Amino acid sequence: MQVRLNGELREIPDGLTVGGLLAHLGVKAPRVAVEVNETVVTKDRYEAQKIGPGDSVEIVAFVGGG
Amino acid sequence: MADGWSIGKHAFTSRLLVGTGKYPDFPTMQRALAASGAEVVTVAVRRLDLSKKGSESLLAWIPAGMTLLPNTAACFTAEEAIRTARLGRELEMGDLVKLEVIGDRRTLFPDVEGLVAAARVLAKEGFTVLPYTNDDPVTAKKLEDAGCAAVMPLGAPIGSGLGIRNPYNLRIIMETVKIPVLVDAGVGTASDAAVAMELGAVAVLMNTAIAEAKDPVLMAEAMRAGVEAGRKAFLAGRIPMKLHASASSPMTGLIGIGSSS
Repeated sequence: MQVRLNGELREIPDGLTVGGLLAHLGVKAPRVAVEVNETVVTKDRYEAQKIGPGDSVEIVAFVGGG
Repeated sequence: MADGWSIGKHAFTSRLLVGTGKYPDFPTMQRALAASGAEVVTVAVRRLDLSKKGSESLLAWIPAGMTLLPNTAACFTAEEAIRTARLGRELEMGDLVKLEVIGDRRTLFPDVEGLVAAARVLAKEGFTVLPYTNDDPVTAKKLEDAGCAAVMPLGAPIGSGLGIRNPYNLRIIMETVKIPVLVDAGVGTASDAAVAMELGAVAVLMNTAIAEAKDPVLMAEAMRAGVEAGRKAFLAGRIPMKLHASASSPMTGLIGIGSSS
């Protein structure tokens, strides 16, 4: 299915949870935060929250800033 | 004697807060952060580069024990800033946020309307909100009323190094609000940091002045000393300015002046 991932359209396997998507992408969970359709998904909901077709997913981390 | 200060439930000793952007490399940043003596460091929230797996993490280079202050830099609307603050909280699991809502790309001056609106929402959600704002006392009061834990008026535009451009407005802000006033942005060198502290600022936040100095580690030491000197001068109470001289040595008992006649 197609989702918008960090602003770009991307094909991912159907039925992934947030935790599944992070594993699929090879992202280490403790250092990132995830938003699905503009709502933060807290870490305790990574395995419960499913991603659907057309969802907008943001995966962010800390970078240097002032 | 300890001269601490606090924002919300967080207590600190150092009155210098520093950023983590623009350093030539992470090792230099790490040494500069340590040299600054700062207890609080700002960080930005950005999309993870999914093409660069295993890229170096900023967090590994921030000395242990420092408090992270996530910012909402480069957000141009209240909505973006609120979303970014929530993501920052999820990353940090803390309640602090340096709230920025920018109104203009060239000057990076705040959009104070969006800033107050975002501050109100985030304060209600339990954030300890530290808004980067204009040197405008009316806005500072609105931010206090919105539930902010401190206000952080600019000394000059972000990264400009122009120093404290409007000391009088900063003083009026300090008279106007009861929450701590931190000077954020504009500092260019150690004397600027001292000026901010002499005016009565609770603390100073800076990034570029250290990160882009020729020797960031030495400048971090200078800023630490400047902030400490300015704080002590503020507490000590400076003399009033006078137009004419007031001799430091006695004007009597001078040799060669006859008492005859």
